[in-house]
Amino acid sequence: MADQKQEQPMQAATSIDAIDKRNLDWFLDKGVQVLIFIGGISAIIFVLGIFVFITKEGFDFVLSRFDLAEFFTSPNWRPTSSANPTYGALALIVGTASVTGTAMIVAIPFSLGAAIYIGEFATGKTREALKILVELLAAIPSVVWGFIGLSIMNALIIDLFNVPIGLNIFNAGVILGLMAAPIMTTIAEDALKAVPDEYRAAAEAMGATRWQVIRKVVLPAAKNGLVAAVLLGVGRGFGETMAVLMATGHSVQIPDSIFDSVRALTATIAAELGETAVGSDHYGALFTLGIFLFIVTFLINLTADLVVRGIKKK
Amino acid sequence: MVEPAVNTPGAQAASGNGRNVVEIKNLSISYSGQTALEGVNLTVREGEIFGIIGPAGSGKTSFLKAINRMDLFSTAMEVKGGIRFLGRDVKDWRNVYALRSRVGVVFPLPVGLPLSVYDNVALAPRLRGVKKKADLDIIVERCLQRAALWDEVKDRLDSLGSLLSGGQQQRLTIARSLSQDPDLLMLDEFSIAVDPVTTMRIEDVLKELRKEITIILVTNLVQQARRLADRTAFFLNGECVEIGETEALFTGTVKDQRTLDYIEGRFG
Repeated sequence: MADQKQEQPMQAATSIDAIDKRNLDWFLDKGVQVLIFIGGISAIIFVLGIFVFITKEGFDFVLSRFDLAEFFTSPNWRPTSSANPTYGALALIVGTASVTGTAMIVAIPFSLGAAIYIGEFATGKTREALKILVELLAAIPSVVWGFIGLSIMNALIIDLFNVPIGLNIFNAGVILGLMAAPIMTTIAEDALKAVPDEYRAAAEAMGATRWQVIRKVVLPAAKNGLVAAVLLGVGRGFGETMAVLMATGHSVQIPDSIFDSVRALTATIAAELGETAVGSDHYGALFTLGIFLFIVTFLINLTADLVVRGIKKK
Repeated sequence: MVEPAVNTPGAQAASGNGRNVVEIKNLSISYSGQTALEGVNLTVREGEIFGIIGPAGSGKTSFLKAINRMDLFSTAMEVKGGIRFLGRDVKDWRNVYALRSRVGVVFPLPVGLPLSVYDNVALAPRLRGVKKKADLDIIVERCLQRAALWDEVKDRLDSLGSLLSGGQQQRLTIARSLSQDPDLLMLDEFSIAVDPVTTMRIEDVLKELRKEITIILVTNLVQQARRLADRTAFFLNGECVEIGETEALFTGTVKDQRTLDYIEGRFG
């Protein structure tokens, strides 16, 4: 035994180098890996670049004029006042949050319902047709949605609810909800599709009804994907600009009811940035809103990601 | 390429000179700090069927994964100790793909790739550069015949491999492994999803292959190890309890009482 073992390294050394060599395929593999790495890392570079840019533009303002307490607690957004400009973003934050919240109340039942119907009940041509329609819905430009809010929903709300202004939280919330629903439906349906059919078969074999299978087996299994769909919808709502600008009424105030007009963070930036002098306080304040938006959307997306991962770990 | 090239170690298998294909020294495997296997020392000799038996969770599959470096797929899996394949530590192989191409693996559940039967078996030869249809035809037929599948699929080589029955897919998997022309074939509980008749056919195939290829056979069927393995190791709870000549173990010559208890079905 011992003799044999000592002999082997010599014998193996000659033949193994012929097998274990870095051939063309190996180098090709490394090269492709480098290219893919660059592609992947570029996403990070772009995100960082955007963050650096908006931070740089808002930086002077944050250092010199910025008042954290005022920003978050004062509802007075009066950047153009010549005597005493104030930069309270509370009304804008409440505006965005209330519209997004309303949008989710509209979008969650619609999108989850649609996803469950497409994924679990619809078959054949119905299913294909619905999927195409939902994707078509997602492709409608936001300005078209804003137009619907401005011209159709506005009159409808005034008539139906007997309120003086039809451009308000309710209007924007419904519009935004309908806008976010198709994307949420698509992601939620993917989550349902990822649940193995064996789960359904095993549950159905126990005599569970369709709805029992969905509620007790499919939805819990797809839970993370569904939560991620909702969170991405929230992120979409937070960042939407044009439709919200057109449908909210664009007036700075803390709303008392769902039929009050509000103004959103994004809409403020879009409407005012063109009229400010580069480098002015107003300009810096708008970029500070941008930083705030960026951080919030980042946190929402991060949460969505962690939720999906969390489910995987379990 | 149809016959193993003369200068590869595989060609010497038939002569059975007892060279060690795999040498394991003090191998430990853990997943995120949780030990799956600890302190394993063993060698797999050229041309033998080396059986590994043991209940679920004893570290058998982790052991196989460490040999052809499937641990690279999992960040949680940590391998310590020495694993020498063909005399070189697997971590020192300069081309890990070359290492994997020398080791055929058959997983518990058959994996018919979504290709035609023909393309499933021709994949590995094509990867290493065999292009001529005539050469590929010979390799495909030979591998399918050796895996005892040729007669059943020769008329439908163009149909999808994933559409074959479970037992046929498992033999297709074996044929695919053989098309790599490997030095080592590792089978991980191959009969788990296969009917008894097909199991016996595959066992006959393995008995034939023993002359040409070194085989590590992980099985949860104790009698399968007895039927096939020259030597058998018994793994239990991440420990290699005993290694011995299969016939000796099964006739009661054991160093550790636990081995006998397991073999005779008193637990596990």
